[in-house]
Amino acid sequence: MTGTVLTVTSGKGGVGKTTATANIAVALAAAGGRVVCIDGDIGLRNLDVVMGLENRIVYDLVDVVEGRARLRQAMIKDKRLPELNLIPAAQTRDKAAVSPSDMIKLCDDLRADYDWILVDSPAGIERGFRNAIAPADKVLIVTNPEVSAVRDADRVIGLIEAEEKGPGYLVLNRVKIDMVKRGDMLSTEDVLDILAVPLLGIIPEDEGILVSTNRGSPAALDDKSRAGQAFRNIARRLRGEEVPFMPLEDNRGFLQKLASRFARTGG
Amino acid sequence: MQNFLDRLFGRPPAASAKTAKERLQFVLIHDRTDLSPAVLETLKDEIIAVISKHVDIVRDGVEISLTQSQRENKLVANIPLVSAPGGSKKRRR
Repeated sequence: MTGTVLTVTSGKGGVGKTTATANIAVALAAAGGRVVCIDGDIGLRNLDVVMGLENRIVYDLVDVVEGRARLRQAMIKDKRLPELNLIPAAQTRDKAAVSPSDMIKLCDDLRADYDWILVDSPAGIERGFRNAIAPADKVLIVTNPEVSAVRDADRVIGLIEAEEKGPGYLVLNRVKIDMVKRGDMLSTEDVLDILAVPLLGIIPEDEGILVSTNRGSPAALDDKSRAGQAFRNIARRLRGEEVPFMPLEDNRGFLQKLASRFARTGG
Repeated sequence: MQNFLDRLFGRPPAASAKTAKERLQFVLIHDRTDLSPAVLETLKDEIIAVISKHVDIVRDGVEISLTQSQRENKLVANIPLVSAPGGSKKRRR
């Protein structure tokens, strides 16, 4: 049994790549998988803070690649989930410190001991992106239902296909169901029509994500979080389960909705 | 009144998502093929020139466009021919 390398990328920055990486990793580890995350964003590392592991970094990815540390030394074990690990990015180097073949070698070394190796790609389509997709078995494309994010996702999907890493699995993040209903936000169907790639998950907009990032405790750890549930569903789909997509209804009752209509009319 | 009902029942005032989708579909076709609208215009002129050497066409009716189905792109040309009366072929000198 050898591990699967999942690369999480998007083209555009700020759509939720790192949040998605952390949450999918947590959900896979909670389901019993042996998981290691690699922060591919050298110079702008963030996966460590999103996962709440920033205080325990000693060595980083570049130390491993340049031979100053062994792979196991650079790995930070998550205390909440014993099978969850992080290899942080270097903060004071740039993307050129690592090559695509370094990433392939590193991931190949990890495959024997881990079920899932998640690579968090930097934004953009340059060296860091090339590094991140080089070892990928599957590429996850995170996007938001807005024109700039979808356009960049399309570009990235094209590049992944050119590298024969396709098709690219879509994670549609920050969907605001009330805006979709009003016709003011692209729906999941619209985005799928445009991008024509398989759908892996739909994450509803959820203020709880900011709170969980504030605390360094990914939402997927919280049973009550709706976004966390959506990430857990992604993990189950990755494990081969058929999981229906959650209905993105809001939970408010009819009277509350009516009240908010009046509130808006008044405002 | 209609406006009030629209607000009460939350009907879309002007659905901007539709605009977003149309704009995206247009821009992506050009992104994917690296063919700008200007290049397409040149292409159209050249196609008209070549085809009209052999057959009469309705120049104003020529449409050259890029379309996509799934992730495949196609260049589609719609070139109406001048229909000759009685069906006989007529060539322009």
